[in-house]
Formats: sequence, C-alpha cells, structure tokens
Amino acid sequence: MIHMPKYEKIWMAVGTGSLILFLIVLGIMAGTMGLNPPDGMETTVEPENVEASAPFDQPGLKQIGPNEYEAVILSYIFGYKPNQITVPEGSTVHFKITSKDVVHGFFVPGTTTNLMAVPGHVAEYTQTFDEAGEYLFVCHEYCGSGHHLMYGNIIVEEKM
Amino acid sequence: MSTTDLGVEGGGEQAALTDFKFDRKDSRLVMAHLLFSFGAVFLGATAGLLQVMQRSGWITLPPWLNYYQLLTAHGVLLALVFTTFFIIGYLFSGVARTLDGKLSPAARVLGWIGFYMMAVGTVMAVIVILTNDASVLYTFYAPMQASPWFYIGAALLIVGSWFSAFGIFAAYINWRRTRKKHSSPLFAYMAVATMILWLHASLAVAVEVVFQLIPWSLGLVARVDVGLSRALFWYFGHALVYFWLLPAYIYWYVNIPQIVGGKIFSNSLPRLTFILFILFSVPVGFHHQLNEPGIESFWKFLQVVLTMMVVIPSLLTAFSLLATFELAGRSRGGKGLFGWIKKMPWKDARFFSAAMAMLIFIPAGAGGIINASYQMNQVVHNTWWVTGHFHLTLASTVLLTFFAISYWLIPVLTRREFTKHLNKLAIVQAILWAIGMFLMGGIMHIVGLQGAPRRSSYATYGDHELALTWISYNQVIAAGGVLLFIAILLVLYIWVNLLYFAPRTEKTIEYPVGVVNEQAEHPPKILERWSVWIGVSIALVLIAYTIPIYQMFMHNPPGSLTYRSW
Repeated sequence: MIHMPKYEKIWMAVGTGSLILFLIVLGIMAGTMGLNPPDGMETTVEPENVEASAPFDQPGLKQIGPNEYEAVILSYIFGYKPNQITVPEGSTVHFKITSKDVVHGFFVPGTTTNLMAVPGHVAEYTQTFDEAGEYLFVCHEYCGSGHHLMYGNIIVEEKM
Repeated sequence: MSTTDLGVEGGGEQAALTDFKFDRKDSRLVMAHLLFSFGAVFLGATAGLLQVMQRSGWITLPPWLNYYQLLTAHGVLLALVFTTFFIIGYLFSGVARTLDGKLSPAARVLGWIGFYMMAVGTVMAVIVILTNDASVLYTFYAPMQASPWFYIGAALLIVGSWFSAFGIFAAYINWRRTRKKHSSPLFAYMAVATMILWLHASLAVAVEVVFQLIPWSLGLVARVDVGLSRALFWYFGHALVYFWLLPAYIYWYVNIPQIVGGKIFSNSLPRLTFILFILFSVPVGFHHQLNEPGIESFWKFLQVVLTMMVVIPSLLTAFSLLATFELAGRSRGGKGLFGWIKKMPWKDARFFSAAMAMLIFIPAGAGGIINASYQMNQVVHNTWWVTGHFHLTLASTVLLTFFAISYWLIPVLTRREFTKHLNKLAIVQAILWAIGMFLMGGIMHIVGLQGAPRRSSYATYGDHELALTWISYNQVIAAGGVLLFIAILLVLYIWVNLLYFAPRTEKTIEYPVGVVNEQAEHPPKILERWSVWIGVSIALVLIAYTIPIYQMFMHNPPGSLTYRSW
C-alpha cells in the first residue's frame, strides 16, 4: 500500500523484531516468573478511619513463617507507622501499605520495593533482603510541605 | 508565485526560497500566542533556577516562598502553559502558510476565543499558585485540594485549547471543501492529527477537573474518588507528552528539509507516523501507574505493550529524517559514507538547534523505553531519573526545536532580520543548553538510579549515608541548572531583539516548507479518512480501559476527604 525503500524495510524489520522480542521477554518474566510490579485489589474503609479496622489497627511487623514476615505500614502526613522495622538477613517481607490521608509513596532505594500508597487501597509487594544493612525508605510521591521529611528505616541484621 | 494554486502535486508544498507575508490578522493571532508563551518561559525558568539551588542547599528560600510552590509554578508554566501556547501559535502559522496563505475567518475567531480562554485560565491559576493556595504541582493529585480557582483556571486552559483545535479544523475543512480529491498539505495534515490526539486525550482530564475536582473543591461534594481521578489524569497525561513532541516532529518533517536544501522523503510515511501516534498515545496511561494498587497486573501489562508501539513511528521518523539529510548532503557534493554530514548547514541555528534536539532525543527515547518497561520501572519510578528523562525529552528535544522555530517564525511576523550576530548567539545558546542539560538532566538520571526521589525539597533523611551522597550529586545538578538559566536569558535576549530591535528588512524572509521528493507517491486516501482512525483509536481505548475502569467502580473504596497539606 505504502511504498517503502529496501533499506527502510530492513531497518523497520530489525527494529520491530527487537521490540517484539523485548516484549516477549517482559511477558515471560511477568507470566512465568511472577515478576509483576506492586499491586493489590484490596480496598479499605474510609481512609481517615483506616486505623479502626484490621490490619491497619495494628501496623507493624509480624512473623508469619521461617524467615518470612508481614510488614503492615500506615503512611500519613508526614510519616510512617511504624517508621522502623528490623528483620534478619535473608528475610522475605510482604509489605501491605495504605495511606490515611493523601497519596504517599514507599520506596526502598537499592531494592525493587517501589509503590504508591493510595488512600482506600492496599498496595502489596514482596521483597527479600539478602544483604544486611540499614536501608532507607522514603516518600517519593509529593504529599505536602513536609514531603521530604517523610522517611524511615529497615534494619536488616546480620545472622549470628 | 501565489500560494493558492499549488498544491495539488506533492501534497501542496511549495518549492524555492520565497518570501512569505502573513495576513495582518493571522500575524496578530500567531504573535499573541508566541508572546504569551515567552512570558511563561521567563517565569517558569526563574522558578526552576530557585528550585534547583534550594534543593542543592545553595540557598534558603524566604518564609513566604517554598520549594513546592516554585515547583508547581515551574511545571504549570513550562509544561502546560508555554507548550500549549507555543504549539497553537506555530500550528496556526503553518496552517495559514500551507492552506491558501491565510486562515479562514471562522478559524481566526475560534483562535481568538481559545487564546483568551487560555490566557484568563492561566492568570487565575498563576495567582493562586503565587498566594500558595495551589501548591499541588502540575499533576494536582487528589485528595490534596487546591483553591477552586486553580481547577477553574485549568479547565479554561483545556477547553480554550479545544477552540483553537476547532479553529485548525475549520481552516482545514474550508480548504478540503473545494479539493476533495487531493490529499492535504503535509503541515496541515499533521496539525489536524496533533489536534485530534489532543482533543481525545484532554477530554479525560476535562472530565476529571470539571466533574470531580471543581465540585469537590467548591464543597458541593465531600469526597473524591482518588483512583478514578488518577486514571483519568494519566489517560491524558501520556498523550500530553506526544502533544508536545508532534509539533517538533512537524518541524523536522516539513520545515527542516527546506532549510537543509533537501526534500521531504516520503509523502505517506510521515502521515502514517502521525496516525500511529493518534492510535497509541492514549490507551497507555497505566504505564504511569504501574506501581499502584487498584489496577490488575494484566491491564498494566497490556498497556505497556500498547505503549511500546510508539517505537514503530519513532523508527520511521529516524529513517525518514536521516534519508532527507543524506540525500540533501549528497546533492550538495557530500562524498563517501559520511561526507554528507559535513554538508549540513551546521552554522544555521534554525538547523543546528533542531539537530541538537534530535541527537538528545536518542538517549532520551531509550530512557523512555526503560521507564515503560513494566518491571524495570520499579527501579526508577518517581525517582529523579524520571525528572531527568523529561528534561531530555520535553525540556531539550522539544524546547530546542521550538527555539529553532522561533528564529525564523518571529522574523516572518515582525519583518526583522535574524542577523548573523543573533544566529551566532543562538548557536551558543544551543551548545550551552546541551552542556547544561548534560549536567542537570544527565546527573538526575544517575542520582535517580541511586534512589533520590523526584519532587523533593532539600533533605538529608536523618543524615542517612545514602541520602548524603545524593546531595553531592546535587551540586552538579545545580551547576547545570545555572547554565540552563543563562541559556534561557540568552534566548530571551534573542527573542526581544527579533521582536523589537533587530533591523527591519526588505529581504526575503522565508517561511521554510519542504517540497516532497518527486518520486514519492500520492498518499493513500485511507490516511485522510479521519473517522476511520478515530474509530480505531476509540476501539483500542475500550479494549485497554473498559474492564479496569469497571473494576474501579466495583471495588470502589469510600472516597477521600479534602486535605491542604502544604
């Protein structure tokens, strides 16, 4: 229908071919290795009352198996509850995060834990901490005048 | 040579270096848009300079001014106001130039209605930003609630731009009425395509602002559905970036071939490129929401696939432009594999600035693929990397192209000469911009990978070791910001000269419009059947958005109250 010179056909074929290959790789990683970005279809009560019902009435860290923890974290203007958690090296942590007011973020630099705390929704993500150290987590979605003061720490302790 | 009767062959483009004078009425309309956009650049750039110096710890702001207020002003004035005004002015100019040499009366009236609505809206929004009643940034995410005037101003800006779009459609329809059998001139075709994309995408943000945010900010409803408002915003938000990019593409495809002494390579493929943008710019908004709850992974992935389709028109564009340049360079005696590169008019700022823009677009586009690539996004989402990304795309590729346009468009309007001296300054400007942006945008990418969040005031995060390393990078970023501000002063100096002080001239002032290569065939008629493409575009949107939006209504948490957290 539309004329395309030979070299352009080659160029487009190579380019489009690499694109398709790239998308297949992303799809395989998502479909068979379970590598999906954070999500969560669970919703909460009125965001301002979220502390009245489970699990956000008792935010914090809970051991749910050997080396396995659930971290329920409530974000608010301008902080996190709790703002520090401590786990042993090699632990897998299931994060469950919401906000009781505006939209916040929860990002642990150096890891792939990077999620949005949207009021009314519970964001979920699982991360394994293989290296000991003091990890920082920060709010990375603008939430107001104290946005840059909103942070916390994850202490990953070396195994004895 | 009159402009009325050409046209027909080769899609209506005119050959040879010709003088072009706008009808006074058209010239006033275009000029009003350009002047308004220049004012926005000055204010927005000043805000940018103060911000980058504050975040790096160079200055402390007075108590009546804060970082987030500056950031709101910077984003609104540059990303929304400057771009929209400049783009509409440029599109009107090219539509007038390629469709009978003037706008139809209806197009002018619609253009002015649009201009005044957008101008009033901008003034409203800027006032409440200055009084610190709207420090919600240019994405204005609920449930942070700005003054109602901010949202009303935004609505006027959006709806006003629709009138401008209707003005462009009116001029096009008027031309087509008597020439049904011909394909339209490439510029006009692309202007119409850009405005179709804009109209479609901005409908969503208009719904968000008019039906969700305005009633809520006036207190008529108590709660706002945050998930829905974000989905509506990003339905618009990604197409917005193509609304910025496509006018730059128009310059590259249509005007630059004439400047480099070459021809437009194909008359069909550029049209196909724009059609692909209409199709694949909207059903992709979730790639901005990959890391948030309330949207199932499947739909995020589907929209990632649709997002990546943009690679196809980008590849087409890269090939076409290089082919135009190479053929032009060879026809001027360029020998060997790369000899043609030397034959490009590197000393002409109208080309040089745009060439810088194109070069920067290569790493910028690669960064964009990383951002949208589903899993990798988790490493960069909402970090300073993203800010670096759109300072290479919008604030370099698009902006430098717009500077290049201004260097001949203002002279055509004012009949003043873009002197050798101004041309030299413009080349220095582009080099300074590239260096400044390499330091600022480049380092933003690096420090973003180290984890520094975007949109954050100066902070040490409890003196955490990692956060302290970010601050050392900030020093380079701020230095880049200072260079960029100097470059903005330089471009303002050039503009003021072209507007008021450069010598008036009787010389030919060219509005460059390329001629289509003789061998290029006529574009297939289907490419100009807009209803078909609008239909396909809506179908893609229905596929990508129906079920996730339905789920938002089904799994709907109670809405959020209002917060003023600044």
